Amino acid sequence: MADPSSKLPTWVDVGLLPLINVALAFVVSGLLIAALGQDPFEATWIMLRGAFGYEESLGYTFYYTTNFIFTGLAVAVAFHAGLFNIGGEGQAYIGGLGVAIACLALDQYLPFGLLLPICILAAALFGAGWAFIPAYLLAKRGSHVVITTIMFNFIAASLMVYLLVNVMIKPGQMSPESREFTSNAWLPYMHEVLGWFGWEVAQSPLNLSLLWALVCCVLVWGLIWHTRWGYEIRAVGANADAAVYAGISPSKIIILAMCLSGALSGFVGINEIMGVQHRLLLDFAAGYGFTGIAVSLMGRNHPVGIILAALLFGALYQGGAELAFENSAFSPDLIVVIQGLVVLFSGALSYMLRGPMERLYLRLSPGRLVEG
Amino acid sequence: MTVAGGATSSGTGHPAPAIQLRGINKRFSPVHANRDVNLVVPAGTIHGIVGENGAGKSTLMSILYGFYQADSGVIEVGGQVCPINSPEDALAAGIGMVHQHFMLVDVFSVLENILLGAEGGPLLAPGMAAARKEIARLEADYGLEVDPDALVGDLAVGLRQRVELLKALYRGANILILDEPTGVLTPQEADRLFEILRAMRDRGVTVILITHKLQEIMAITDNVSVMRAGQMVAHRETAQTTREELAELMVGRKVLLRVEKSVAAPGDALLRADGLSLIDAAKVTRLDGVSLDLRAGEIVGIAGVTGNGQSELLEVLSGILPPSRGRFTVHDRAIDQDHPCTPEEMRDLNLAHVPEDRQRMGMISAFAAWETAILGYHCDPAYTGPILLKTNAIIDDTDGKMARFDVRPADPQLTSDSFSGGNQQKLVLAREIERQPDILLVGQPTRGVDIGAIEFIHQQLIDMRDAGCAVLLVSVELEEILSLSDRILVMFEGRIVGEVAAADADARIIGLMMANAHEKAETEGAAAHG
Repeated sequence: MADPSSKLPTWVDVGLLPLINVALAFVVSGLLIAALGQDPFEATWIMLRGAFGYEESLGYTFYYTTNFIFTGLAVAVAFHAGLFNIGGEGQAYIGGLGVAIACLALDQYLPFGLLLPICILAAALFGAGWAFIPAYLLAKRGSHVVITTIMFNFIAASLMVYLLVNVMIKPGQMSPESREFTSNAWLPYMHEVLGWFGWEVAQSPLNLSLLWALVCCVLVWGLIWHTRWGYEIRAVGANADAAVYAGISPSKIIILAMCLSGALSGFVGINEIMGVQHRLLLDFAAGYGFTGIAVSLMGRNHPVGIILAALLFGALYQGGAELAFENSAFSPDLIVVIQGLVVLFSGALSYMLRGPMERLYLRLSPGRLVEG
Repeated sequence: MTVAGGATSSGTGHPAPAIQLRGINKRFSPVHANRDVNLVVPAGTIHGIVGENGAGKSTLMSILYGFYQADSGVIEVGGQVCPINSPEDALAAGIGMVHQHFMLVDVFSVLENILLGAEGGPLLAPGMAAARKEIARLEADYGLEVDPDALVGDLAVGLRQRVELLKALYRGANILILDEPTGVLTPQEADRLFEILRAMRDRGVTVILITHKLQEIMAITDNVSVMRAGQMVAHRETAQTTREELAELMVGRKVLLRVEKSVAAPGDALLRADGLSLIDAAKVTRLDGVSLDLRAGEIVGIAGVTGNGQSELLEVLSGILPPSRGRFTVHDRAIDQDHPCTPEEMRDLNLAHVPEDRQRMGMISAFAAWETAILGYHCDPAYTGPILLKTNAIIDDTDGKMARFDVRPADPQLTSDSFSGGNQQKLVLAREIERQPDILLVGQPTRGVDIGAIEFIHQQLIDMRDAGCAVLLVSVELEEILSLSDRILVMFEGRIVGEVAAADADARIIGLMMANAHEKAETEGAAAHG
């Protein structure tokens, strides 16, 4: 029967609602800043300028954006299969391990052109492998994937500490880091690439991974909506009973979707290890995997939305760092609070305003809503 | 008693009507779900409301019970204007509702369920004692016998429904709305329910019965109102009307209630089941030694009350579940526990399956219609290349299916859940039938489907049979089984308890078999089988 809470037009659902959610987060953040005796408008201005105001800041923003695109896509692919992959953090971490192993093993022998595809493959395989175990446990044993992926984040963190302290550490130093890769294993920075074309821009960690992230967006979009595997993934996610009826094996799809998800997370390792650090070190995943959940939720699990949401979070990271640097009243913790508010409103509470919006829309434009 | 249309005042000299609705409008833009609806329900009567799906019956009752608020219009209860903005208001006005799907807690006792939400204080004991007394009184008054200490989960469906009735009465309802109350009952249980409803009416309770089964309207109601496309199109005294007239009023044109079909000419058995059993994860025997033959060119109907193994039979035969014991053959392929056959392989064996519950299994609500239209066949080279789906080809194909099966609106891009039940079902049928299967398993082909579409769907099944397809029809609508089947098998607790040739079929005997209360019928059935 007629259900009034049925459908909003796409532009409201995908465009307006997330914007209102973010605006709400900023209003609450502003109140918080005002309560601390600071000027929220000035803070906003510093953050905006810090994120977009000059070439270097823009580079940093896009560099963070790259990571969020990878982890956001990862969450989205799993989500289409009805799985909540909380393990992006660990999968990104292990993906970086794969990249580092490939680089450390081969940077003496192979040129960049061969090393890059090997590293991409290694990141994907290691990330996917780390996601495979929870996926297998779910598919065959019914273990809840939220629980197992969270636990695998901790296992990944401990494993990396062990490996870096005991195995991969460069001999003769105190800090748990591997040796630096030779420069043929370095992904070119964007400022270098643009320099080759005669466009001088300020230095930043932004590197070619951004392009790979955008390619991944296109690939994920094609996979999910235009291949039979995507069809099967969405079928399992939307209605597992109907999928079984259709002859689709949910266990296979769970494993496929989780491995794809893990592979996408693993690409964070390309950006961080091959693009920026050029060595393996601790904690380079730095919460990107977790923020990817909010990115995906906010981007409505669609690559276009994910790019926009990743850009927002990239700007928050970079602008927030700038704000903490400029004004000592803003401790890094406060920046985390602001980021947390955005995650809260656009992620966890993303459906809070749906009901009121639907009622408002019904009232404003009778005759446009299609009955469910 | 005046039941004429229009905003009649309750005639002078008569008591105020239990319910009077005047000029009720409700819009889910752009759909005008209720348009200037007037309704007078005299106190102490059983009043039927009939109409196709989407005619606005449920919306109207939801307004009366406070789930929705009308955009305009007046609700009067017992002659007093009574704004109803929530179910609490409705309860306060003495209106109770028994939903199609029961709202009971399985692990609570009957008493606890009745008490739920009306505990009467922080401590349970005094409320329980009072409730026990009150329930005993209600039982005696209305013949609503239920053991108050039984767990609801252990009760048969008919008894659960009584618990729902008790719940409403315990809350002081003297106006009861029943939404499709007989959908899950055997004919005998339904008769019992009707006795209870008559007892209630005799004691002054007003009953509003929403149903699509015209024979029930004729059997039990005093008055009937017909809705079509959001409007009340007629009010009749039941004694003054006929099923044919009501059907015509509902649909707006003449309707064939009986299906025209020739005598079947069955061919070879395409599917043979031999002692199929299914034991589920909880070690409950769902199927118990089912044997049957399904021959080309015949429709075999499986009658039975919901939950007696019919669903499981369909799922085993379609490859969704492997049998725990026994075997069956499809064409020449033998299938048993050690040699299972996936639904995909079943499709390759030219077996098609229209699942019982299209919402749960037959379609994916969130998918576009064109995506639902290839469900199960999405790996067909006609629909997919080596990597990419042939979206345009699929959409063209779906356009064709929609035209041939009269699916409305004929837009493959709409999400599957934006179609009415009948149109969803036609889309699912189109998908399965157009593959021209040798064997067609059909579950509840017309559940939630409007009368106009039922006619069409029945004709499609007959056409399939006449084209030499072996059709297995599972339905809880006994009438549907009787009018379509060439042979009828009756299932009870996972077993086939009787077989009747269509020519000898009799609703009463089948009804008794469905409750497994007819030993004689069983032996007769076995004899007929031999």
